[in-house]
Formats: sequence, C-alpha cells, structure tokens
Amino acid sequence: MTFRFTVNGKSRAIETEAERSLLEALREDLGLTGAKYGCGEGQCRACTVLVDGKPVTSCVTPVRAAAGKKITTIEGLAANGKLHLVQQAFIEEGAMQCGYCVPGMILTAVALLESNPHPSEAQIIDAMNGNLCRCCGYPRILAAVRRAGGNHA
Amino acid sequence: MPDKMDAFEPERYELREAPAHEFALSRREFAEFAGAGLLITVTAAVSPAQRGPGRGGGSEPATLGARLHLSEDGTATILTGKVEVGQGSRLEIAMAAAEELRIPLERVRVVMADTELVPNDGITAGSRTTPSTIPAVRRAAAAARELLLKAAIDPESKKKFDYAALARSAGMAAAYKDTLPAGAVVTPVRDWQVLGTPRNRADGREIVTGAHRFPSDIQRPEMLYGSVLRPPAYGAILVSADLTAAQKMQGVTAVREGAFVGCAARTSLAARKAVETIRANAQWERRDHPASDRLFSYLKEKAVQDGQGGRRPRVQSKGSIEQGLGQSGKKVRAAYQVAYIQHAPMEPRAAVAEWREGRLTVWTGTQNPHGVRDQLLQAFHLAPDKVRVIVPDTGGGFGGKHTGEAAIEAARLAKEAGRPVSLRWTRVEEFTWAYFRPAGLFEIEAGLDGEGLITAWDFAVYNAGTAGIESPYRIANTRTRFIYCDSPLREGSYRGIAATANNFARECCMDELAEAAGKDPLEFRLANIENPRLRDVLLAATKRFEWQQRRKSRRPGIGAGLACGTEKGSYVASCAEVEVKNGQLKIREITMAFECGVILNPANLRAQVEGSIIMGLGGALTEEIQFENGRLKNGSFAKYPVPRFRDAPRMDIVLLNRPDLAPAGAGETPIIAVAPAVAGAFFDATGERARSMPVRPIRRT
Ligand code: FES
Ligand code: FES
Repeated sequence: MTFRFTVNGKSRAIETEAERSLLEALREDLGLTGAKYGCGEGQCRACTVLVDGKPVTSCVTPVRAAAGKKITTIEGLAANGKLHLVQQAFIEEGAMQCGYCVPGMILTAVALLESNPHPSEAQIIDAMNGNLCRCCGYPRILAAVRRAGGNHA
Repeated sequence: MPDKMDAFEPERYELREAPAHEFALSRREFAEFAGAGLLITVTAAVSPAQRGPGRGGGSEPATLGARLHLSEDGTATILTGKVEVGQGSRLEIAMAAAEELRIPLERVRVVMADTELVPNDGITAGSRTTPSTIPAVRRAAAAARELLLKAAIDPESKKKFDYAALARSAGMAAAYKDTLPAGAVVTPVRDWQVLGTPRNRADGREIVTGAHRFPSDIQRPEMLYGSVLRPPAYGAILVSADLTAAQKMQGVTAVREGAFVGCAARTSLAARKAVETIRANAQWERRDHPASDRLFSYLKEKAVQDGQGGRRPRVQSKGSIEQGLGQSGKKVRAAYQVAYIQHAPMEPRAAVAEWREGRLTVWTGTQNPHGVRDQLLQAFHLAPDKVRVIVPDTGGGFGGKHTGEAAIEAARLAKEAGRPVSLRWTRVEEFTWAYFRPAGLFEIEAGLDGEGLITAWDFAVYNAGTAGIESPYRIANTRTRFIYCDSPLREGSYRGIAATANNFARECCMDELAEAAGKDPLEFRLANIENPRLRDVLLAATKRFEWQQRRKSRRPGIGAGLACGTEKGSYVASCAEVEVKNGQLKIREITMAFECGVILNPANLRAQVEGSIIMGLGGALTEEIQFENGRLKNGSFAKYPVPRFRDAPRMDIVLLNRPDLAPAGAGETPIIAVAPAVAGAFFDATGERARSMPVRPIRRT
C-alpha cells in the first residue's frame, strides 16, 4: 500500500505494509536514522518523533496511523541550519554521554515546551519520565530542559 | 604488559568464549586458503583475549606514524584502537593531544577503532584508557612537538615553522617511520591548559541533530536487513529447520549453517516474517534449566571445587585465619546474595557487514574492535588483512559489548545474500542472549578484638568474580576464596565487574561488624582503615553529608548508610539517605566523594560519577534477572525496571583532585559504593538487615 505524509516539511510517499512501524519506515525507507530503536514496545521513547506536534513512540505506531499527518524527526528540527533552542541547550549543558537517547529526549522536551514554555521541575520530570537514558545522564538532561525552559537553576 | 588470560579477571568469561559461530569454507575458499598456507593460523586460533594485548591496555605502537598524523592545514590526527561508548574517551584523547601539541582542541581529530587504520590499543575495558592510552597519546604528541621545536631552531629553516610546515617536511615523513622516542617529555600538571579543564563532547551538534550514525544507523548501498532465529529456551538445540517457505518469499535470503539460522530482506519486518515461517516448524531439543527462585542453592551445588576445566578455586591467605578467628572476642557470620543483571545499553548489539572481493568490512558496536576482528577471522577462516572492523561511536557499552555476535551474524547473512546486511538485535534478544553480570553468593566470617578492630576476615565468593575481592582494611588474618560455579546463564563483564558484588558483601558485613563492636559505621571503618586515600574520600563524603548529625536525628522511616571502596586505582565513598514507607524503599539522597588521581576533564568525570550512581541504584533496588524453564521472565524494559528520571535522587558529589597522582579511570569505580550504602541506610531505617542485591529484607534460597 502507498502512504503519504509530510516529513520534515516535505511530502513523501512510501510503499509498504500497513502494519509496518513508522520507526522502521522512517529509518529504512527514508534513511532518517535519527529516531532510534531502543525497545520496540513503547518503553524507552528513543524512537520519539512528533506527529502533528505531539510526541509519539514511532516503534509502536503503524505507518497507517501516521498517513496524512505532519511528521517531524530530529533531522528536521533545526530550521535552516539554526539549532532549536532545546538542541542548543543540550549542547551547552553537555547533556549527552553516548547520545543514543538524545534525539528522543530532545523531541519530547520540544513537545513539552510547546505546550508549556516554562515548566516546573515536577512538570519536566513528568513529561520526560518515559524516556530512558541507560548512561543515566538524567541530571544534565534535566538541566538542558530547564535551560531551554528559561530556568537556569 | 601481561598478555595472557591471567591478566584478566576470571569473571570476564566472555573473553574466553569461542566466536558465536564458526562457518565452513567452500571448496574454492578452502583451496585459496590452504594455498596461502593460512590453515595453520586458523586451527591454532585462540580466544581473542589470549591473542590480544592484555587488560585493555594494549601495546604501544612501534612508530610515531601509527599514533599520530599532522596535516598540511595544521590539524593533527590521533589514531587509537579505543572506542567511544559514552564514557568520554574520544574527548579525553583529543584533550591530551591538544595539551601536548599546544594547539586548540578543535584542531585535533581522533580516529578511533578502525582496525585498518589504528593501532591495537586492546579492549576498551577495565578503565584502562586513562592510565594506558592517554599517556601513550601524550608521549606521541609531545614527541611531535619536540620535532617542531627542533625544526624551528634549525638554521636551515628560515621561515616560520608551524605544524603545517612540519607536516610538509621531509623530516616529518621520516619521523613517522621512526620508533617512538621513549623520552618525550610531557607537560607537567601545573602547566596544563586544556587537560584539567571542563569540556563537553566536541560532536554535540551531530548528536543533537541526529546526524551522527551509530552502528545501527549505518546504511550502505543495496543494503538488506537481517533477523536471526533464536532458540526457544536456554540450552535448546536445533534439530531441524525448514527454510523452504522463507526462501519462497520475495526478496528473502534464508540461510542455515549449523546452529545459525537467519534471513535477510529489504526491510527488517520482511526479515522477521521470514524467520517466523522457519520458527513455526523448527524442531528443538530442550534441556532442563534451573529456575532463578532457587538460584543461590543451585550455584552452591554447582560450585567447582575440583578445578575441573582449569577452574580451581583461587585462595589467598595472610596470617592464620583459624588463629585470628580463635582469638577474636566477637564474631559475625553472614551470607549475601547478588542477582544476575543485564547491561541493557540503549543501543542493542548491531552490525552492518559488507563483502567485497573476498574482503569483509563490518561496522559494529563493540568495545573490542580488534577482538571482534579476530572472531570474524576465525568464524570465516580469513587471512588477517581480509577483515576490517570499524566501530562508530556507539550507544552505550557498560562492559556488555566485548563480543562479536552481531558482527558474525550480519557477515554470514551478507555473505549469503551477496549484499550488505544490517542486523540489530531486538531488545528481547539483547536481554536474553547477551551475557549477564554474574550472580554471586558470599559467605563471610569475621572476628573482632576487644577494641573493635578486625582480627580475622574469611571471605568466600561463589561465582561473582575476583575484582575488588581483597579487603582494603587493615586485618592481620585474612583468607579470600573465589569459587567458580557452573552458571545457568551466559556471564561476563559489566561496569565495575565483580567489584560491585564483592564490595557490597564486604561493606554490608562491615556494618554488621560495627554493630557487633557497638560502634557507629563511620567510626568503625575509620578505626580499621590504613589507606590514606580511602580515608580521605570517606571523610570527605561523610563531612559533606553531615553524617553524625543525620545519624543522631532519628526520623521515622528514614535512615542513613555509608560505604567505601577502591578499585582500578580510584577511591570512592558514599552516603545514602533512604525512606521506607509501606514497604517501599525510596532513595532521598546520595552523597559521593570520588578520587581518581589528577582530574583530566572535571565535566566528564562528574557525568560519569552521576551516571554510575544512578545506574548503580538500578542494581541496588530493582534490577534482577528472573528465569524459569530456560526462559527469561522479565526480559524487557516493561518487566525489568531500570532507573528513570523520577528515580534519580538528590546527588551531592565531591571530586577530590590529586594533581600529585597519576590519573586513573573513573567510569566504573563509583558504582561499587552505591548499593552497600543503600543497604546500610535500609537497616538504619527499618532495623532489618538486607543481605541481597537488589536490597530487600527477605532472603531467598
Ligand atoms: S523504541 Fe520505541 S519506545 Fe523504545
Ligand atoms: S546518553 Fe547514552 S543512553 Fe542517554
């Protein structure tokens, strides 16, 4: 079957099985490897992408559920080479060890700040708790989200 | 430099394993191979650990050119066999080179872990990059700087001489081939400009934009995706498999050779579906497998006492344990248990393999690039120059990626398909088939004299391993024994390896001895410590934590504990404050003091300590592999809780800098002081001893 959606501002069509995960379609068919596989069952959010601005775990989202929607992956977050505020904050805070979880972390934080530009510490933790970092770099990631949310604690 | 298996802790079992598969040669390959006189090398092949340089230190490359290259644009390239898995080695190496060359950090490039380009610096393990590779890099860079200085004062060189000019000079071309000058003088700590300053990853932009390609992200023209048939249970042996249905599927390559069955297809979904058709009617022969709920009695039954398989118990004694125990007024006897846990790095094992004209290139996530190359040589009977292993900066390791399973599997599929194949293990595969951190059972008997000093220490360890087995306390009569067991699970290295388990049992027992002596845990330890570095971290942590005040202020359900230890040349002490409410154990705060000699990059050191603390809390509180009938009961993130944002406690970290001491690795040791401090705090809060990791009051059989 053919599915059409807008990916990072460009309209794309792919020919694939309806039950194929959005994650695999993005990575394997469109070469967008920024979204990562971490568990394949919605438990780690390494695969987070924005669908119509909302963060979704693309590993458990079938392609058909994304059809017709606007998808943003980490590759499409910077505008004309200018990093998003959250990306900049991750660099400034050194919020990465291996960095594998970082794309999912950033997109989750972007969605949070869209709906709540100045979240409290508790709101940040609530929003981010589904994202795993096995390097356990949580303190720096929190600092980065805080910074992006205008709170330099 | 020791280069035998003896150089490794015994719990690095994975380094003694044969490659996951060894495949047959085709008739043509056999002819070529025998013709080249290479069969001998293969039959004589030994495990990568035996072949490679020992202890992760590697051997120093013979020439300057093998380590360093100057470019005409004035940049320098450092070559190293170490890998970057999030521990900060790439940056640390660049900092060391920039320091010695006296050039900005941005002008140093580090090429890591490409076996065709870099020297074999050994496995990235044992916190050896800092004490072994960093000095080697510094010496090479200092040698290049000396060449620059010499060239600059040479009267022949009229114009300004810089690295760009040096790169173009005939002198440099010759120097590359020279043996590394032994006496290159490195910059003393007091003159450091780059080392010792806080720096963040230089490639942050690639990470935050998704541009960095981790091993599982590598894509090659015409590449297929692979999937492998796994046994339904541990120990199950494949009796028969029918590949017909899979082979009929469009675009699918299916292969069986020996125990290996896998498929490659245009998408991973198609590859998995093809494997499913094989699984549907594959026949297996099952074996009995013990259940984890009687793990510890099983381990004890399976203790190898007779040295079978070269696994003689390792015993070390000092003084007389009998006399020491005989003389002691008070004695403590206790047993402790440590569960199996899994590393679960965010990126599971992954590899992309590509064959071209008989040459194999594999991009893979491993901490052991040269070891994996050797495994591939052995698995496919190839001459050494026919395999190239490249390790892109990888999504986590923690001691869990020392082997080459995915590389071998991807290479077999790629060979069959005649196209590059990408294979990434699923999370379930990673939980189930990667090696585990060994479980351990500990039996301790210790005695005290009337002053509360330890007179005897008898420490027996089943299965866990020997790292950190020696007590750092001053004790006249000691006996330590490590007893191998036939493990029900595949075992191997982990961040800190057995030091975490050994230190847990020892420090828990120290608390029990303190109680028997009628002393505070801090006071008791201080009375029995002689090592000043250990004493310093213990004092620093307890001072910051305000140990005495907190122990005095009794608050219901709240407790404080502490622990200390040393391993891999660095020293750690921590204090924990916990709350126990309705049977739930919650960590309120961890204070840790850490000392690893002179600090190379304080920002990265702090990140490593924070990461170790939080990762250590997983093992301390929730992580425990459970199995039954040869299957994992909790092999997924849904069932095996690892620390999340909400689990990170308040942390207070004291980094003790010792510019007078050589730097030691720091990515592992902090983890060893986490769980015992939590256990001590649990006792303080509840009055119940927790003698197991994860910490909980009730003991299992
Ligand atoms: S890979 Fe999608 S949630 Fe883990
Ligand atoms: S930085 Fe390694 S998983 Fe988060």
